[in-house]
Amino acid sequence: MATKGPMQDPIVDPMIDPRTGEYAVIAPGHNFRSITQKIAGIVLTSNTPLGWFFGLMVGGGVAMGVVVGCTWLFLKGVGIWGVTIPGAWGFAIINFVWWIGIGHAGTLISAILLLFKQTWRNSINRFAEAMTIFAVVCAGTFPLIHVGRPWLAYWLFPYPNTMNVWPQFRSPLAWDVFAVSTYASISIIFWYIGMIPDFGTLRDRATMPAAKYFYGMLSLGWRGSTRHWIRYESASLLLAGLSTPLVLSVHTVISFDFAVAALAGWHTTIFPPYFVAGAVYSGFAMVLTLAIPIRKFYHMEDLVTLRHLDNMAKVMLATGSIVAYGYGMEVFMAWFSASHWEFFMMWNRMFGPMGWAYWILILTNIAIPLTTLWSRKLRVNVTFLFILSLIVNTGMWFERFVIVVTSLYREYLPSSWGTYRATKWDYMIYVGTMGLFTFLFFLFVRFLPMIPMSEIRMMLPQTKVTRGGPDAETVSKETV
Amino acid sequence: MPPREGTYGLLAEFNTPSELVHATEEARHAGYRRMECYTPYPVEEAAEALHFHKTSVPLVCLIGGLMGVTTAFLMETWINVWAYPLNIAGRPLFSWPAFIIPAYEWTILFAGFSAALGMIALNGLPQLYHPVFNAPNFRNGATTDKFFLCIEAVDPKFSLAETRTFLEQFPAVSVVEVDH
Repeated sequence: MATKGPMQDPIVDPMIDPRTGEYAVIAPGHNFRSITQKIAGIVLTSNTPLGWFFGLMVGGGVAMGVVVGCTWLFLKGVGIWGVTIPGAWGFAIINFVWWIGIGHAGTLISAILLLFKQTWRNSINRFAEAMTIFAVVCAGTFPLIHVGRPWLAYWLFPYPNTMNVWPQFRSPLAWDVFAVSTYASISIIFWYIGMIPDFGTLRDRATMPAAKYFYGMLSLGWRGSTRHWIRYESASLLLAGLSTPLVLSVHTVISFDFAVAALAGWHTTIFPPYFVAGAVYSGFAMVLTLAIPIRKFYHMEDLVTLRHLDNMAKVMLATGSIVAYGYGMEVFMAWFSASHWEFFMMWNRMFGPMGWAYWILILTNIAIPLTTLWSRKLRVNVTFLFILSLIVNTGMWFERFVIVVTSLYREYLPSSWGTYRATKWDYMIYVGTMGLFTFLFFLFVRFLPMIPMSEIRMMLPQTKVTRGGPDAETVSKETV
Repeated sequence: MPPREGTYGLLAEFNTPSELVHATEEARHAGYRRMECYTPYPVEEAAEALHFHKTSVPLVCLIGGLMGVTTAFLMETWINVWAYPLNIAGRPLFSWPAFIIPAYEWTILFAGFSAALGMIALNGLPQLYHPVFNAPNFRNGATTDKFFLCIEAVDPKFSLAETRTFLEQFPAVSVVEVDH
């Protein structure tokens, strides 16, 4: 970490700031125009890389799993799934919680890190927000299709109807509707508001008439007026301030789906914070899963630097530790509460017929990440981080699986014990949503600015306004 | 309404934010009031130079949030107490703690939409046509890397010749006349 003099080490990494020993947030040598051209170039080029078409096709092909699986589901009913009594909740709820958790990192990056003035977020917030929206799309599919008669799912909304039937607001299912629909709406509006100035840039730089028209409409006529900017910043901060409690509340409400039930392993006060931390953990893992190939593919190493990867890995280390504490508390409370049922649930979770799932979870979510992420060398090792992010995503899926399945299938009465086994339709729809997510993400990187240009500009040294001192241009030359 | 023909104003282009802020401050000292800066990212010092401090966006957001919480809570109470009372496990009909969660979500929903749409409305957007887009150098720079100061013709002190001389004393890249 110490400053390396040119005598000891002739090859100094230009990405490392010699004063702090940290990786730079933006590679040196960039100016407003080069950044704009780099980011806008991806969107405005008429030369779409072949790999993009390939990715879109693969994503779209896999997404057919959702179409086929849901068609058969609507024809036959939820009996085609592995859900049964007592395992009445299966893949639908597991995948719902998993997907929505993935979304949480996007909001965290765009809202909480903005409030804390963490400028390093600027390079990654746009695609993290896109990830949020697409993850919520995938998540929202599951509660819609799992209600038994999906074509009547709209009954959950309070709307005036001729039957005079209204939703039941004491039910967590109704809370979910409000939490998730609000989350989706606010995420979309926050995402769009953030893109308006960039749409202005794309409109001004586009050469094709269709692109000019498309981005011109989306930009609403944005012209960068200072009064507009001040209101825009005010609205962004307010949206960040509103999204921060929102992101915490959404997963809290989802944890209430479990915690309000009087079932051993679910009826736990630690659920809200533990779910939120888990959500952020898996979300950051997913940001890494996406950011690492994208920065490689689009040569974005200048803007999404090792500093970002390092910081995200640190957030994963912190949230992963909270999750580990949650697991520890579950075990501790099973013993300390002296509740026979809790103790049996925990024993069964670890050593019962589905004990393998628990140990996979401990291995992938706790053992591997929390031992390796302490090392800075590994945190800036791109290949390692990519593999680790996949491991953590798997681990977080297993966490949801363990919570849902191992509590339900052996509940209070041994006479009603059963088991749970997912069918091919469960897998088809689950894998299908991954395809849907990929498909939407490929569309996003091609047609929308994946890195917020206006926010990156603010991080350059040239932005500093000097009064009466040396010209800003000279200052910037010195700092760069 | 100002006339929608003739000159809209004079647009000076600068290379750095410092030059823009300096010129704006000087213009304000010289007595100009109807002017606007155009920058590719928010420059707070430019807003200070323009003496533009307060926005109504937070107030709009607050009103929206209060409307959200009131609407949701009254709606839930009306539905579960009067419109469709259901006795679930002997719980009271007015189970207000359970009503807080949707009410909380709608507070955020209404406040967020008010902040976002309020910002768009207060900015007068969408406005796809604006005279500054007529300036030949505006589109290449204003949303990329250039800094503009526009002194508008509606300013009482505005005079095509004098204002141009005033703007040309700064190291501006160009000073162009913008038509409606």
